[in-house]
Parts: sequence; C-alpha cells; structure tokens
Amino acid sequence: MTGFLKSREAILAGAILALLIGVASRFPAFVAPANLANVFNDTAPLIILALGQMVVIVTRCIDLSVAANLALTGMIVAMINTAVPGLPIPLILAIALSLGAMMGLVNGLLVWKLDIPPIVVTLGTMTIYRGIIFVISGGEWINAHEMSDSFKAFPRASFLGLPVLSWIAIVCVVAFLLLISRTPLGRAFFAVGGNPHAAVYTGIDVGSTQCAAFVLSGMLAGLTGYLWVARYAVAYVDIAGGFELEVVAACVIGGISIAGGVGSVGGALMGALFLGIVKNALPVINISPFWQLAISGSAIIIAVAFNAASSRTKGRVILKKAEHAI
Amino acid sequence: MVVLAQLQDREDVHLQSHIDGAPILSLKGISKSFPGVKALSGVDLDLYPGEVTALVGENGAGKSTIVKILTGIYQPEEGTITVSGEPLNFPTAQDAGKAGVTAIHQETVLFDELTVAENIFIGHAPRGRFGLIDKKTLRRRAKELLDRIGAQIDPDVTLKDLGIANKHLVAIARALSIDAKIVIMDEPTASLSYKEIEETYELVERLKAEGKAILFISHKFDEIFRIADRYTVFRDGEKVGAGKIADVNEQSLVKMMVGRAVDQVFPNRAPDLGEEVLKVVGYSHPTEFEDIGFSLRAGEILGFYGLVGAGRSEFMQALFGITKPSKGAIRIDGKVAVVRSPNEAIHRGIVYVPEDRGKQGAIKGLPIFQNVTLASLSQTSRKGFLKLAQEFEMAREYTQRLDLRAAALDQDIGELSGGNQQKVVIAKWLATKPRVIILDEPTKGIDIGSKAAVHEFMAELAAQGLAVIMVSSEIPEVLGMSDRVIVMREGRIVAEYEGEALTPESLVRAAAGIEEARA
Repeated sequence: MTGFLKSREAILAGAILALLIGVASRFPAFVAPANLANVFNDTAPLIILALGQMVVIVTRCIDLSVAANLALTGMIVAMINTAVPGLPIPLILAIALSLGAMMGLVNGLLVWKLDIPPIVVTLGTMTIYRGIIFVISGGEWINAHEMSDSFKAFPRASFLGLPVLSWIAIVCVVAFLLLISRTPLGRAFFAVGGNPHAAVYTGIDVGSTQCAAFVLSGMLAGLTGYLWVARYAVAYVDIAGGFELEVVAACVIGGISIAGGVGSVGGALMGALFLGIVKNALPVINISPFWQLAISGSAIIIAVAFNAASSRTKGRVILKKAEHAI
Repeated sequence: MVVLAQLQDREDVHLQSHIDGAPILSLKGISKSFPGVKALSGVDLDLYPGEVTALVGENGAGKSTIVKILTGIYQPEEGTITVSGEPLNFPTAQDAGKAGVTAIHQETVLFDELTVAENIFIGHAPRGRFGLIDKKTLRRRAKELLDRIGAQIDPDVTLKDLGIANKHLVAIARALSIDAKIVIMDEPTASLSYKEIEETYELVERLKAEGKAILFISHKFDEIFRIADRYTVFRDGEKVGAGKIADVNEQSLVKMMVGRAVDQVFPNRAPDLGEEVLKVVGYSHPTEFEDIGFSLRAGEILGFYGLVGAGRSEFMQALFGITKPSKGAIRIDGKVAVVRSPNEAIHRGIVYVPEDRGKQGAIKGLPIFQNVTLASLSQTSRKGFLKLAQEFEMAREYTQRLDLRAAALDQDIGELSGGNQQKVVIAKWLATKPRVIILDEPTKGIDIGSKAAVHEFMAELAAQGLAVIMVSSEIPEVLGMSDRVIVMREGRIVAEYEGEALTPESLVRAAAGIEEARA
C-alpha cells in the first residue's frame, strides 16, 4: 500500500509544484517565502478539517456537518467571550474542542446505534446545527468590537515566524500521522473501511470505530470554529457556508477513496494545499472566481479518474499472475 | 462421444434418447475454469421436452456453474450448446432468454417494489398508444398467466408483500410470458413449507404437461424420486452418470455422487487427544439452529458436515460472539465462559477463520504484516502506541511458519494469490495464540497445492495441542482430516460418526435426511 500511495502522493506533489511554477513564471512574488507562509496560513482551517474528514471517509462514512459544526461552535465561543470576556484562551480552546466533539458524537451515535447512512445523518445534523445558530443568536452578528482582544489575537499571534493558526495545523498533521501509523485506533479505521466484514471477525467493532472517526472530525471542526471566528473577528449564521464540500474535495483530490479503506495524512494535507494554492493564486493572475471553481471541480474529477485508472491496472496484474499460474 | 465412452455404463443414455426423441437442449463437452480451479471439465447435459431432469451432486460439483452457463452469465471455454438441434452460444443473459432458457433461483430475481403484473412483463410489457405501457392488457394477460399455473395471486399486489412460494409462482408466470421452453429450478423447495412444497410439485407437473423441459436441482432425494424423470450426476466438475430415474435407487445415486477412492493425499496423523478444551451445551438460536451440544479435546480435529444452509456457519458465528444465542452455555477448560463479542471470543482463545476470505478474511489496502497483527495489536503496542518493529517480527514469525510466498511483508495483501491470502488470514489468528480454532471451509476455491499445505498445517496445529473445528462441505476433506464428524441438517445435529462408522455414504445420507432403512 505504502509504495502505491507514495507514488500517488508524489504525483500530487508534482501537480502542486507545477502549479506554483506556472504562477511564479508570471508573478514571481507569489512564491516568496512570506507569501507562501500566508497561503499556508490561509489554508490551515481546510487542512485541519480535511484531516478529520479523512478518517471519516476512510471508515466508509462522510461528514457533511463539519462546516455547520464549525459555525455553531464559533458562535457559542464568541457568545461566551462576549458574556465573560476574561475567560482564558486555554479554557476557550477546551470548550471549542469538547463542543465539536459532542456534535461529532451525535453523528457517530446515530450512525452506530441506529444504523442510519452517514450521508443522511450528517445532512440532517448539518441543517440542525445551522438552525441552532440562528436560534441562539437570533440571527444577529457578533462583531469585532464585541470580542475581547486576547480572543481575537490568539490565532494571529506569531510564534517562530509563523502564526499560531499555522502551528495548530502543523501540530494536527503530526498528531494524525502518529494516530494513523502508530495506534490501534488508526489501524482500525483502515480495517473497518477496507473490509468491514473481516474487521468484525478480527474483534474490531465497526460501529464504534466509525463513531470515533466522527468524534475526531467533530473535535477538529470545533477547534477550527474558534480559530475561524477569532481570525475573521466575526460570527454569524452563515460563516463557512458550503465549506464542507471544499473539505470533501480536498480529501478526494488527496487520493482518499470515497469507497473507504484507502487514504493518508499526506494525501489530505496535499489535497487541501492544492485547493488553497488555486484559491490564492488565481486572483493574483487575474483569473475570475468562476475559473477557480472550474479548476477545483476539474481537479476532483481528474483525481477520481486517476484513482479509478490505477485500481484497474491493479486488476490486470492479478489476472496476469493467474494466467502464469495455469 | 469419446467422453461418454469413458464413463461407466452410459450406453443406456444413447438408447433412451433414440427412443424418446431428441433433447430440446443439449450441452456437449462443456469446460469452464476459474483461476486455479477447473469448475467443469467436459460435461454433457441433455434436457427433454415434457420431462424433469434432476441435477444432483455435492457442493462444488459444478451445478451452479452449469446453471450460470445455461443462463448466459458465464461463457464456457470449450463445448457446444444445442437448442432444438441448432448450435448456439449465450454471450449474454438476454441471449439465453431469447433462446427460451429461464431460471428460477432460490433467491428469486424479481423487483420488490413493482406489482406482480409489472414483474411478469418487465422488459416486454404490452405497449399501447405512443409506445406507453398498456396497463389494462398488462393486467389481463398477467391474470391469464397466473390462472394458467393455478396461482391465486392478485396481479396488482406489490411483489414484496408476497411470500417466497408466491414469488416463485410469479417467476414461473414470467417464464411462461416469455414462452420459455427450458425452465431451470435451482433448489426451489429449499425454503418452503410442506404445503408450499406440494404446490411446487403440482406446478412442476403442469409445466411438464405444457411440454417444458425442466432442469431440477435439489439435494432432497425424496423429491428427486418423486418428480424427476431423468437424472444427471456431477462430481468434481465432471459428469459421472445420467439416465432414467426409474433405473436407479437412492443407494446408487449416492455412490455416484461421492465417487471412488479419494485421490487427494491427506497428512498421516496420530491424534494425541488431551483434556477437554471446549464444551457446548444446548446452544440455540431463535431461527437458525437448535440444541447444539458437543465437546472438543485438545489435539482433536472435529469436522462439521452438512449441506449449505444446514446452520453450521450460523452456529459458528454464535460461538464466536458475532450473533447472540437464545439459550445454551459454553465451557472453556471446564469454566463457564460468556462470549458476547468477537473480541471476547479472541480473548478467551476462540478464533474463527471465516469461509469467504475475500469478504470476511483479508483486509485489502493493508499490507501483509498489518493484516497479520490486526487481531493482536495489544501484544505489539506499548502505552497505546504500536511498535512497528515488533509487528514485523510477529508477522515474520507466523508467515514463515505457514511458508507464505510474498515479495515483502509490506506488500499489499491484495497482490497475493488466494492460497497465500488464506495463509495470511490464518497467520493472523495464530498470532493471537488461540486454544480453539474454527476453520470454515478452509480450502474452498483454492488450488490443490495450497489445499495440501492448509491440510498439513491443520494437522500440525492439532499436533501442537490446538483444538480444531473444521466446517467443510467437501467429503474427501472431511473424511481425510477429521477424527470425528458431526453432521448438521436444518439447524440440528443429526448424527455423529467416528472410526469405522465414518463413511461417505453415511455422511451424505445423514446430511440429506435419508433414513437408513430405505438405503
């Protein structure tokens, strides 16, 4: 698996490089380190969410509620901040993580205990979470002046030359690398997605493993909720509207199979970076937002077609072997 | 002709066919292989209008392969198909349908959400103005067809509201609607009640009267002798006998099915039985099995024989904690043990190597070593983190013991052959250091060489003091490997044999429910 996936990651890295070179040929300033750091920081929320989405997709599920979860958590922490401005940031982070995890748990339990298809569950909770924002905020915005300075400053604070937001994305990537390659739970995600029947016989509970994936995804959505609201210094019903599709797109471009069982942290990271670079580069070279959507869409189709093609050649190899055996 | 001449006393077939007229459908020298397995080699099959031909054979004899060839799902590599004297081939299921072949399966292939009338005429519904479906004519003609087979079914009812027996009737009405000349019935009575079975027999008589040629596949000897006019016996992908039912009895059919001496070589074992490891008392399930009880000793290989659907796998799944029994208890090493999940079963030393390794065994996408260690991650991790070096070590140890042939342990398991995948799955279970290992059809669909290796290994496991339960539908394997055999039929244990009493005939009789007195 590793060799196969590595080559796919290599191709994606090559595509990103080609994209950067293409943009740099007209606007060299785009690839200046400071600008690349900006692009990375801009893409950090997408990277964090794509990691959570990746484990969910690997277990043969999908989480469409991440953006709504993000928005609801963001609204709640913003309201807490307006009510109790002095609350320390670590506590805010803990609240955001646990709120997000709880919303993920709701998804996970519905999938696990009631056996409802994940796409239906998260389509439902997506709408519910958005609805709750409206109810608790009364449709009102929370603006920059209502938030405390320390609340807004945290994601922007610079540490070793990079904003905290970027560092959080890096920490998440490292944590997920460890989770996937070095823990029984990480292994269970792939077992459940690769062959749920076999996982049952191996003593792995399919439902609880999928539930754990939803909790992780929800937790990261909650974390991103606070970071998002603080960074843009505004909270309202529609923030990150439609962002869940961008997250799924990043995963698909990153070679994570919608059929489950195949995916990697590197893939999710690069899928997100690819979309982030497209989004940031196109306005620079004066291409309309329409083309940005078209390019993202084409990238998804090319990625899926590529995955399908590579699994087809795999089939032919098996047949050849069988022929030789006879 | 050459093939025919090789077989024992086949002359009568030639004579009979000359007397009764030509067969409507005739297969000659049909061969079909799958990677590593020859499913059919040069078989013949003749079906005659107005007659029922029973196709009998053990599991794996090639019966379903021939049905799939007849219905255009598989294409044979060799051989000819002749329908009404004209040579044909069936590249697709539609072509088979056009040639007048239709199959009624155990699980009928109909559409649950459509009405009975729509199901009967799907694909060839009567059209009215503008090419739209003429509902009135559709209903009227459906009613006519249902009346013709004596079925009391409302054509407007949705199919999902019907029972299995009535679904079969709809399937037959559909066969009549396309004017099928050849009707294949694949174990049509397997899941029917007594009354429904009687109705099915009546229906077969009606179809005969209409001049249809019927291929009737069944494991039940009583019904074969009741409704069939002819028989054809398959064994290991070859035709071993055919003729008129009137000329044979159950005894001789069973002999043909199980055949001559076994040509496979099984390991020589000197079983050294130890203490009782597992005792099962009165294990029952609301719908699948009842009152299963036996004991198993260390070093013993216990065979479980029975027809497909006898409840063997269902019982094993309950023993392994996948499904819950309604009653019963198990004791491991004399102590009462509760097994509520596969995880608990593994911890108590019971492991289950499932039948369909594609579906239930190997996890494609994970490399070999991760497949091996998957059930024993607690052994290879410290403080919640996996030690990859230890995992490799464990995988190397167990795959070497099984003589696995793979380029590297981090190779994707999907790239291995079937036999080698099976070895990886077995290595996974051995790594958990089990006391009892359940092997469900351990050699199904793998080549002879790998089969021998699996048998060798099974013997070695028993020699090392493991208690082995082997579920198998292959008689040579059951006879060659088991110290003792339990036969299940319709969810119950019907017989237990060891030593002298363990013969192919006794197994087949017990599994098919033939009483000793009649044999």
